[in-house]
Amino acid sequence: MNGTATRDGSGFQRALDAVLLLAVILAAWQGLYASVGEVAITSPLGTLAEIEQLLRSPVFWGNVGATATALAVSAAISALAGVAAGLALGFHRFAGVVAEPILAALYTLPKVTLYPVVLLVFGLGVSAKIAFGVMHGVIPVVLFTMSAVRNIEPVHLKTARMLKLTAFQTASTILAPAVVPEIFTGLRVGFALTLLGVLIGEMFASQRGLGFMIMNGMNTHDVPTMTAVVVLLIIFAVIVSSLLLTLDRKLHRRG
Amino acid sequence: MSKAGLVRAGLVLGFLLLLELLTRTGVINGLVMIPPSAMAAALWTLLLSGALDAAMAQSFSNIALAFLLSVVLGFAGGLLVHALPRLRRLVDPLLASYYAVPFFVFYPLLVAIFGLNRWPLVAIGFAFGSAAMVIATLNGLDRVPRVLRKVAQVHRLGRAAEIFLVILPAATPHLFTGLKLALAYSFIGVLAGEFILSGGGLGFSIAYAYDGFDNRTMYALMLFVVALAILLNATLHVWEQHLILRRRRP
Repeated sequence: MNGTATRDGSGFQRALDAVLLLAVILAAWQGLYASVGEVAITSPLGTLAEIEQLLRSPVFWGNVGATATALAVSAAISALAGVAAGLALGFHRFAGVVAEPILAALYTLPKVTLYPVVLLVFGLGVSAKIAFGVMHGVIPVVLFTMSAVRNIEPVHLKTARMLKLTAFQTASTILAPAVVPEIFTGLRVGFALTLLGVLIGEMFASQRGLGFMIMNGMNTHDVPTMTAVVVLLIIFAVIVSSLLLTLDRKLHRRG
Repeated sequence: MSKAGLVRAGLVLGFLLLLELLTRTGVINGLVMIPPSAMAAALWTLLLSGALDAAMAQSFSNIALAFLLSVVLGFAGGLLVHALPRLRRLVDPLLASYYAVPFFVFYPLLVAIFGLNRWPLVAIGFAFGSAAMVIATLNGLDRVPRVLRKVAQVHRLGRAAEIFLVILPAATPHLFTGLKLALAYSFIGVLAGEFILSGGGLGFSIAYAYDGFDNRTMYALMLFVVALAILLNATLHVWEQHLILRRRRP
């Protein structure tokens, strides 16, 4: 018990550190505001006031709804398709070896520059956004799932055979515990990239959603709205990622 | 070439042929996509005409700057965060959510800070690339076997000697992953930044061609970007395999 306390720090110290970090970020923000001024960024206090207004405006919630819908659909597609493809490529070793460099190359493509193709194929609208989110999010899920399956220890499978487990028992007691933690890491990374994809999609060609609000703010020099939406998005991304990271660590520690 | 390599080449070739067939027969409308052979021909003409030279020079120098800054500062940042566990605990969730933030939104801010020149784009490429390097450095340092550190202590190595003789070589595979990702992300950050926001470079040329319904130029440039990404990847892949082989040798 004592060992964990020194390694992870006491609850009080962690809270103090978090407050310190927040203070540093706010001070840097205020300093930036002082040096570049209203043309590019709003002060922390000004942003807070703007956020309060946004949270009361129905237009803002309509845009949140548009982004949330696109994000939910593309995250679901990325997760299902990614895990299915990853499992198939992981169990079929040769197919995996063939596919891996192709996937890695697709992963490093600047997909934004291919957005016009997505628009030409899917048209302007929600399906283009979803497709773009999936393009960003699905590949890490495939890669992590594939490597999870490949890293199953052969001796575990032999044990299953020795114990004469049925296929279902093998899957639930051997395979799932072995692959779930790493697949979850893939889903976590995939989710962050899906959000990025959907937002970029909205920034570039959409009339709704938070990405559109940011782009519109940029084009009309509505700096307060832009800053407020960006800050809200960052808070959302950090909270969701922290939750997923905590779960991720729990899953990995159990193994 | 290995069997897997042959099958892979066959798959890619088959895909290109299928696209060629679909576009030539009109199953895919010419307004949506042009045949791959036409893309290649258009790209060839563009490259020969010299119309791309300025854009290429701009994009490549920005990517190179962003990559160098990412690697050097990312590595230093990784070392620093690794040495300070309290800082690390705070930074970890930030690093995990880092890539969900669309950095392009900071472009107006960056222009206000740096002025209208190459540095806002370099900064976006750096913002993308550096975090990958920090994460890879942390991973690498975490996985240095404790016994190696003990060996360094037994031999009474100084701090610098320990880092250069023991820790860095042990962490090399992870650092290399960081290098790979930093390059890929700098590439993505700079081109995407150009595409969405700036008035020059390859990314901008694609956006410009799209806005002008100039499908031939647009697809030629996309082919160029995709080919570049694949070439970069393949080069790094070969180099990495070479490093791994060398490490395996006793």
